[in-house]
Amino acid sequence: MPILYIDGREYEARKGQTIIEVAFENGINIPHFCWHPELSVAGNCRMCLVEVGLVKRLADGSIQFDDNKKPIVNYFPKLQIACATEAVDGMFVRTNSPRVVKAQESVMEFLLINHPLDCPICDEAGQCKLQEYAFKHSTGFSRFDEQKVHKPKRVIWGPNIIFDAERCISCSRCIRFAKEIAKQDVLTFVQRGDHVTIQLHEGTQFDSPYSMNVIDICPVGALTSRDFRFKSRVWDMSFNDSICEGCARGCNIKIGVRNNEILRVEPRTNPYVNRFWMCDYGRLHYQYVNNNRVIHPYSRVENKLEKISLTDAIELAFQRLRAFHPSEIMFIGSAKTTNENNYLLVKLATEVFNTQNIDLFEHYDEKFGDDFLRCSDKTPNLRGARLVGVYPSETSISVNKLPEAIKSGKIKALYIIEDDFTEFPEIYELLDELDLIITHQYNFNLLTENADIIFPVTTFAEMEGTFVNIDNRVQHFAPALVTKNNLRYMGMKMSRLDKFGAHNDRWTKFELRDIHPSWYVFKLLANRFGSNWNYRKAEEVFMDISMNIEGFNGMTYKLLDEYYGIILGRAQNPEPKVPIYESHYMKP
Amino acid sequence: MNRINNTEHERLTFWEKLYLPEIAKGMGITFRQLFKPKFTRQYPEERWEPTGSYRGRPVLVLDEDGERCVACGLCSRVCPALAIEVQAGETEREKERYPVKFEINMLRCIFCGFCEEVCPEEAIVMSKDYELVFTSQEDAILGKDKLLVPIHKLQDRLEFLREYK
Repeated sequence: MPILYIDGREYEARKGQTIIEVAFENGINIPHFCWHPELSVAGNCRMCLVEVGLVKRLADGSIQFDDNKKPIVNYFPKLQIACATEAVDGMFVRTNSPRVVKAQESVMEFLLINHPLDCPICDEAGQCKLQEYAFKHSTGFSRFDEQKVHKPKRVIWGPNIIFDAERCISCSRCIRFAKEIAKQDVLTFVQRGDHVTIQLHEGTQFDSPYSMNVIDICPVGALTSRDFRFKSRVWDMSFNDSICEGCARGCNIKIGVRNNEILRVEPRTNPYVNRFWMCDYGRLHYQYVNNNRVIHPYSRVENKLEKISLTDAIELAFQRLRAFHPSEIMFIGSAKTTNENNYLLVKLATEVFNTQNIDLFEHYDEKFGDDFLRCSDKTPNLRGARLVGVYPSETSISVNKLPEAIKSGKIKALYIIEDDFTEFPEIYELLDELDLIITHQYNFNLLTENADIIFPVTTFAEMEGTFVNIDNRVQHFAPALVTKNNLRYMGMKMSRLDKFGAHNDRWTKFELRDIHPSWYVFKLLANRFGSNWNYRKAEEVFMDISMNIEGFNGMTYKLLDEYYGIILGRAQNPEPKVPIYESHYMKP
Repeated sequence: MNRINNTEHERLTFWEKLYLPEIAKGMGITFRQLFKPKFTRQYPEERWEPTGSYRGRPVLVLDEDGERCVACGLCSRVCPALAIEVQAGETEREKERYPVKFEINMLRCIFCGFCEEVCPEEAIVMSKDYELVFTSQEDAILGKDKLLVPIHKLQDRLEFLREYK
């Protein structure tokens, strides 16, 4: 184990580690642009220059000491880049000596020579690594009076990415990402000197399913999202931690919100799930949260949907459901919603109705899955839903038997939450034969056109809950959007506009939806049937789950947050916490 | 019991108590003013033209080739009263960004001039317009149609800024 000294303190390195890795693991930040822990080392930004020296040794190998009994260190005459210099035993490193600071300032000056003053226009402003370093490691003024080099702007690289060559500082992170992580080697440097720029190979485009990650790793605004382009300033948005529900991987995300609308989704580092990345599908399929929402309970009167209040809807559901024999009702849970919701659905079916007709639809898309992050299972919580009890018993009716059961009249009522039959179109034709369809939905869709009672419910972005991902990791997420009923969940981040807006400001005229999570509707319904459920928040439902369901034992929301999610049954010995690398550390 | 008599009535002399000489003195001052030059401005007919340093209603500069604003949002960020709301959009012009919506709530504005100071494009400046009357809260929110002012009307302020900013 090599032992080295960084800024006078002793650190132990593993063999083969570079100086910047040792420094990062021990909480020392060496400024850098091109180094990224997941990518190969390029060493071309020259920002991580440090002073490196070795102890002076005599011919027999013994260390030479000076008069104060301190080892004499011979520093190399030239500065070394910390990202490519391997840590060796007896190495001395200075990361903030006057020589190093001067070198950093010079590198910044060189980088800023041809960097356009685009910050007012650039989407990266406010979360830009170059801005951060210009603030921290630069002299603050420019000595450059000549013309800046002009390069192509607004180059379309692919369906989701737009490139601005002038802003590029040639760190090559995107080239390495495309080659090493996205496995689509289409980018390369062309030209030389200050005319160097990045180009796509002739006739190709960067359309990998992971292409948008280059936007996050780009230290400047050279690569920006075509979807998010100019929608909002980052400092006007609030970013709340959540879990992507595009597939069973459960990538950790941050949801960027302004005016109570999701504007973008970006990955959050989780060393055990998605590391730094997420797929473009996950980033771009948030629109259903913003648009076409069901925000009132509805009931069907003479083949038309009519708005009713929640109390009336519960009363109506109670009256209608009471008319059926429990075995005639089919409960369909959802792999798209949380453990909490599914758990209370199961509890409602088994305890209140005393039926085992519970099942869910699995949504598989073999074309979607790959060997990196994306899974064929396109629902976030199939494992969790099955675990908390959404499966039929041997004698009861499963979804496979459902069409037959409807035809033969065994099933007369359907209670389906947060799911539809998009992949099972044959069921739509049978819906007319059912006497009652109650559903919980986010959006208006083909199912709401046929349903008798519709409860509006919260999407993953508006509620708290847990998902169990494909590796059986239980992950907790908190709401990012405000509804009338979660008005400022404890700890929810607010942007400045949210915080100080008044009722007569136009920017506060967002849609404040009066919707509840599904478990709340189950609670009301069960209590109408005479039960005595008193869950007040999702956490209390989860406490119930962690006590009753094996695997969840000992888990709490706090613990899940602390250990970036915990694998089922490992609440007592979760995986260790590791330092989290943030490329743009001032990013909101 | 000690009693200190010092009421106003006790302090005044006989002539002062009469008040009449004092009224005459006051009238004397008033009549003297009649023959001095007048300062009163006949406001609606006679207007005051402020100098370039005056901070009136903030406006957007309309250049020869269109609006200068690139919707960077700095004015909105720096505004201590949150009076400004900007929504950016994309244009075909060289500067890719422009404000789709630019609204200043004049009921919130405190005329501090921070927006003008922070503007990297010299696109928002304080005008000389001090006549701000609204009949409703909605009217006080000025959109781009009311904010854009041709550059030749703002020369004084722009010169002032170049000299002192």
